[in-house]
Amino acid sequence: MSTGTTKLDVVVSDVVPVNDLVTRFHFRRRDGELLPTFSGGAHVVVEMRDGDLTRLNPYSLMGSPLDTREYTISVRRDDVGRGGSLFMHRSVKPGLEMVVSYPVNLFSLDLRAKKHLMLAGGIGITPFMAQTAQLAGAGGNFELHYTCRTASLGTYADVLQERYGRRIRLYHDDLEERIELDRLLTSQPLGTHLYVCGPAGMINWVRARAAELGWPPETVHYEHFAAPQPGLPFDVTLAVSGKTIRVGEQQSLLEAIEAAGVDPPYLCRGGVCGQCETNVISYDGEFIHNDHWLSEEDHRSGCKIMPCVSRFEGKSLVLER
Amino acid sequence: MAAKTIISRPIYGTLSPQPGKHHLFLADAEGALAIVDMAKTAPPGFFDGAEIVFIPGTDGKHVAVLEALKPAQFHVAPSFASLLPRLKQTLTNAHMGLRLYLAGTEGLIGQAMQVALEAGIDHTSMQTEHRGSLARRMQCVHCKGITENVTTQPATCAHCGLLLLVRDHYSRRLAAFQGVCINAEDRSEIPPVEEAFP
Repeated sequence: MSTGTTKLDVVVSDVVPVNDLVTRFHFRRRDGELLPTFSGGAHVVVEMRDGDLTRLNPYSLMGSPLDTREYTISVRRDDVGRGGSLFMHRSVKPGLEMVVSYPVNLFSLDLRAKKHLMLAGGIGITPFMAQTAQLAGAGGNFELHYTCRTASLGTYADVLQERYGRRIRLYHDDLEERIELDRLLTSQPLGTHLYVCGPAGMINWVRARAAELGWPPETVHYEHFAAPQPGLPFDVTLAVSGKTIRVGEQQSLLEAIEAAGVDPPYLCRGGVCGQCETNVISYDGEFIHNDHWLSEEDHRSGCKIMPCVSRFEGKSLVLER
Repeated sequence: MAAKTIISRPIYGTLSPQPGKHHLFLADAEGALAIVDMAKTAPPGFFDGAEIVFIPGTDGKHVAVLEALKPAQFHVAPSFASLLPRLKQTLTNAHMGLRLYLAGTEGLIGQAMQVALEAGIDHTSMQTEHRGSLARRMQCVHCKGITENVTTQPATCAHCGLLLLVRDHYSRRLAAFQGVCINAEDRSEIPPVEEAFP
């Protein structure tokens, strides 16, 4: 059995369109009991049964950790993705019975911090919804800087401003409002921790500036779930289980391995946690690495792959599974 | 370099220049030489944003070599206790990006780290290098009194007078090694005293 993948039987209790791109989903336990406790920054893996296809996508829990009657997630529609978000938007209605994993937190607050400085981009706002609720309940010191494309796509910006007033700063791309990052990073009191969630480009930029300006790595926290990208189908040999499988265009390598009845460990399914790291025995072709877990050296070596998000193009690939 | 025994026994590294524009150095006695050695690999202009606070040893040496590094600020203090208000003030006013470097005796490193932890710096974010004496700062677990500069094993508590086994068990919160009575069963039993931490 895979680590951290204990399942919860839930029912969709509400579906709320938030704006043109984002819809919020509420889940309650089917047996009416309380859901397991979680901390701000935690995610659940949602199982989507779409005909013959089962997708497992991670989403940050965005409700208050103080309320475990329901879990809420917000899903941004991705029209060119593999279809997970489209399935959520089109097919998930109140009353639908679904299965989600126990919550797992790979982006937790460091509660020793004197202050929490949060930087969100786009749908990267969701873990901060839970973290701010957790901190506000405990009188924590935080400040959230939120960049969104336009005011109408500033998901939950209004809610956050109403709740926390001046602790929330908004930046709108269409108004050419830009976060003054260096000034922000050099004016924080000692003991501040930095949290970033958003597009990969934003995370890389913030991490690079923070490192350059002398922020110790222990004080910089980030989360970016890479969605598995669709791509050309490819064949893989699983050496340990003696199987040869085909990874479909819309399928991730991890999903294809699971569909063949092999059960590798996993946790985040977004290239972050490292659980599904798999050794490559031999290959003839090119890897398409999409994870944030392996080092650049690992990527170049051709010895390892993260099957949750990465793909392969070429003649042959043999994995130690 | 002190040997690793149990998990709470601090391990020290070698100072290396960190990214950023503000650097605070605290050193005592031979700790100065750790800063001088590090300076050889520091990028140009590194000490333009540096403050060095130095407590000379009894020989009074190494002040000139530190001054020669031309730090933005240089402060010589007679003891750790005497520089504490200044250190706290510096840390209170400091911003993220300040890097801390501690070099010298374990007592100095431990006490400076204790203040820095309270200011919100993670202990893994500090650069440390042990130089000079192995003398320990010890807390008597019985009377809670602190005895400075303990060089012997066992050692006498300067407060309650008990003969204590100086353990490797270290408290980051107290910046002290734990001393436990070595002859609690029979106080007349006096084990040989060795110079264990010269």
